[in-house]
This record gives sequence, structure tokens and C-alpha cells, in this order.
Amino acid sequence: MSDMPIELSLGPLLFNWPAPLVETFYARIAETACIDRVYLGEVVCGKRAPLLADALARAAERLCTAGKTVVWSSMSLPTNPRERRAGRALAALDDLVEINDISALADRARDAPFVAGPLLNVYNEGAARELMARGCVRLCANVELPLTSIADLARACPTLELEVFAFGRLPLALSGRCYHARAHGRQRDTCQYVCDQDPDGRAVRTLDGQEFLAVNGVQTLSHGVQIVDLPPAVLRGAGIRALRLSPHSCDMVAVAAAFRRFADGDTDAAALRAAVRETRPPGALISGYLRGGAGLQAADG
Amino acid sequence: MLRAAVEAGADSVYCGLRDETNARNFPGLNFDRAELIEATRWAHERGARVLVAINTFARAGQTDLWKRSVDTAVAAAADAIIAADLGVLAYAHQAHPRARLHLSVQAAANSSDAIRFYAEAYGVKRVVLPRVLSAPEIAALIKETPVEIEAFVFGGLCVMAEGRCALSSYATGRSPNLSGVCSPPEAVTFDRSPEALTTRLGGLAIDRLGPGDSAGYPTLCKGRFDAFGQTDYLFEEPVSLNAMGLLAALRTAGVRAVKVEGRQRGKAYVARVAAAFRAAIDALDRGDDTTRFERQLTDLAEGGRETAGAYRKAWR
Repeated sequence: MSDMPIELSLGPLLFNWPAPLVETFYARIAETACIDRVYLGEVVCGKRAPLLADALARAAERLCTAGKTVVWSSMSLPTNPRERRAGRALAALDDLVEINDISALADRARDAPFVAGPLLNVYNEGAARELMARGCVRLCANVELPLTSIADLARACPTLELEVFAFGRLPLALSGRCYHARAHGRQRDTCQYVCDQDPDGRAVRTLDGQEFLAVNGVQTLSHGVQIVDLPPAVLRGAGIRALRLSPHSCDMVAVAAAFRRFADGDTDAAALRAAVRETRPPGALISGYLRGGAGLQAADG
Repeated sequence: MLRAAVEAGADSVYCGLRDETNARNFPGLNFDRAELIEATRWAHERGARVLVAINTFARAGQTDLWKRSVDTAVAAAADAIIAADLGVLAYAHQAHPRARLHLSVQAAANSSDAIRFYAEAYGVKRVVLPRVLSAPEIAALIKETPVEIEAFVFGGLCVMAEGRCALSSYATGRSPNLSGVCSPPEAVTFDRSPEALTTRLGGLAIDRLGPGDSAGYPTLCKGRFDAFGQTDYLFEEPVSLNAMGLLAALRTAGVRAVKVEGRQRGKAYVARVAAAFRAAIDALDRGDDTTRFERQLTDLAEGGRETAGAYRKAWR
């Protein structure tokens, strides 16, 4: 296991991008050799899903043809009948799917394989074993987990593939309320899809002007951009097999290439951070959670 | 506190053990083992039930603390254990198959599908709903589930789905899921100047109040921020939840129990809120009008302002 290359995954797109942009984005990813796996699907707001269905279906086909593993991701807080129907349809697939809300397990065949997404609350080996007994083959760790907990989890569950959220604004919270709609004096039901104005989420600053959070409809993210820049040996030692890169409007192909070089031991952490900063990500680089600190703590350097 | 609630008419009282296994891990709250046994005995003598919250997510490699808490609750003859972590639920269900399990709001089970999973997998008998559903949605959900439903009606209002929020740890390193606290008191500071009082959490300025403004406990979701070209309460105003006006609708919908937040409050507060809801529920039982109870608790609201939250669909 220790000699296996660390995989790179592309997480589900969290933001409301127009369908043509989504399609060209994934077409470019399909041509990128260094990404092994792509998670597809609308996980934040069920209202956006119909707008993207065709573009995502074509993206899936293209990615599969290019040899990528394609995994459909479930909604993170399905509430209304449409969102719940979508969740049930996804749960009924025999293919590997990513589950982001426990409701999807109610209708999933008991041994059908799935990935537990970072939005599920798996904080310990007991919870991981419960999911493994139902078909969970991979866990993308909850973003709050420190590396010590990830390592403990890996030791207790050696057959579970562990992935960590390695690049992008951290998904921090979900709500019944849409903050984009609220800021525009609307409600979720009458939102007019105003979240499409912010391809990386809308920046939120404190009263002192400090960059702090980003809102994306019903979701709240960090303003800072997570970067996992621990040496590959440390990652492997903690049982981590894959790094998840979360799509942003910066050059994701360049981001993936930088992570590939780093995970292969060809460059060091400083070079990774420099290469990622060159793509102009939407916030400062952070990595506090992995060290067991506040999530917003800056990455070194 | 527990006694104040029972004497004021509460049917059941939530409590926790004095450690990080419950989501109100604040100094001065909660029981040790002996106190829990004594409190349960006292409550049972008065026909009241004691529900023990073991509702944080166990730390990897240290899950024994959570398992021992489950054992303690069972040994104390508690009437139910309230849990959210799949590992804790599984342990309680396997080690104590006769123990009654309630699903904590921290599990954020907001659909009949999620509830069905917890009922089938762990024999959960009651689910506390997250505060993201409207009253009609709750009614529809109850029609689809055989499990008892409990709903929050008074106290703090989580704007985010409970158990799905890491804002506190992002700013301070500690959160409800990780350590049983939101906006931990040691991270709160105040800057006073002649013009304003600035509230900080983890050093971040999250609100600024003039001399006449009243302040609630500083949580991030009720802070004032700069976004969308305005400085405002982005997520929610500093309000608290009061669904007294929806009590009749919730009962008609089939809600089995209503929950009042009390564990971070004073005895007088708990007694007053419990008594008011007891009186309102009794009035409903008699078929009386409950309008007169609706404004009774307004002065207890955070910052003096109330909301019915997601129960009214327009809140979204």
C-alpha cells in the first residue's frame, strides 16, 4: 500500500455555473491525465439540478471514455419532494455513488458500494464501521477532523479507502435558508438563481474587513482555501490514499498538476503552495483543521 | 435546574454527563454518575422522565468515553438516550437492546427517508427534528413515519442544520460536533469604546453595538458581516425561537413532544418557560384558545426579538 501513488479526485462542483461552462470545464478535465476520479452531481441545491442534468450526463460520458472513474454524488440536505426523489434515484444505482446525507442509505441495497462524502458525520471508527457494514468502501473525511483522528480511523479500519479534502473552500455549513436569496430580499422559493453571480461563492468579511466566509445559496464555506501540503509519506502514514480537489474558477488543471507533482514527491510543500497561488485561488491558503486547530489558520509560508 | 423544570410541569427533562459526550459541554452544567442516578430517582418519583443526551460525535480512537456514558445512562435507569453518532447509536442498540433511543437533533434527520434508516438500523423510537422544516412539511413527514417526532419550540435558534455546521470550529477550533460547544466562552471577547461595544469570537469582530442595543450570546450565525455590499446580519438577526403560536398546528400535525431549550439558562427562566408551555398545552387539551400565552415569554427572547424560524416557510 505504501508504494501506491496517492490518487487525485475532483470533488463535485459546489457552485452554480452555467451549463455550457460546466460542460467545457469537464471536457478539459477529461483531457487531464493527472486526475483519477471525478465526482459529479448537484450536491448543494436541488433547484439547480435540472439546469445541469444534460451537461453533467455528457460530462460523465466524456470522462468515462477518457478512463476516469465517475462517481455520482448525492444532495447534502435533501428536503423537498424533488430533492428526495433525486436521492432515491441515485441510491437505486448499482454503481459506486457518493452519499452526502444519511437519507440515501434508507433505499440503498445493503451491499451496494458507496463513498461516504465529507458532509456525512463520520468522526470515528465506530461510525465508519457502521457504514462499511452497509457497503462503504471509501470515506472522504469530514473537514473538521484533525490528521491524528484520520490516522486513528485508518488504523481501526485498514480496508477503508481514505480521501481528504485537499484543495478548495471548505464546506462548513448547510441551512434551510438561502443566503443569496435573503441578501437580495428574496426567499429560497423565489430566488431567481442569484447564486449564479458568484462562481466561487460570495465573500463574507468581518466588521474589521477580515476575509472570513463565503456563501453559496444554502451553503456556507470558508473564505480561505484549504491546502493539504503534508509530505506524501506523512499522508500515507495516516492511511490517506486520495486527495480531493474541489472545483473553483481558477485553473483546476494547473492545480491538479501541482498536486500530482507534490504527491509523487517531485516537489516540496513550498513549491505546491507557490504553484497553487499562481492559479489565483479565491482566498488565502489555510490548513488549520488538519493540525487540530481553528480551520482558518494559515498554511505555513 | 432539572427540578425547576419538573416542578413547573415538564414531562421530560434532558440532561447530560459532565464531559464532552453531550452537546452542552459548558462549565457548571450537567451531572456526574451519582448525581444522574439521584436526579433520575427524584424525577421518577414525580412521574417525570429523564432523557440523557450523549449526542456529540465520538473522537476517533477514544470512543470508550461515549460507550461508558451510554452504560452510565442505562445504569441510572434513564428513560431514553439521545444520540447522533452512528457509532454511539450502534453501541447502545447492541449493548443495551432494551434501552430507548432518541435521535438527537445533531443528526439532522430532516426527511422520512433518513428517519426510516435510523429506525430500522438502530430501533430509534423518537426523532428530534432539525430546525429547517416548515410546519406543513413536518405534518407531511409525520404522515410518512411511524417514529415519534419531537420539535423545538423555544430558545436558541440554530440557523444552520444542526450537526452540519462547522462555523464555530472554523473560527475557534471547537464546535458542537467536535467538542460539544458552539462559540465557546473562552473564545468570546468584548472591546469597549465610548461609542460601541464590539463582540469578538476567536478575535473576529462579529458584531458592534451602540449604547442602546441589547446583545445576545455571540454566535457566528447571528453575527453582523460585510457581504453583498452591505453590513448586516447575513444569516439571521440576533433572535430566538418562539413557536408558541404554532403549538396547535404542531399538535394537529402529530408532533409528539415539544422541546424547550433550558440547559444553558437559569432556574427562573426554565421554570417560567416550562410553566407557560405546560399551561398552553393544557389549554389546547381542553380545547381552549392559546392566544393569551403567545406574548407571555417575549421578554425572555435573545435581544428581545423572536421568530418562528423555518416553521414559517417565508423564513427561507
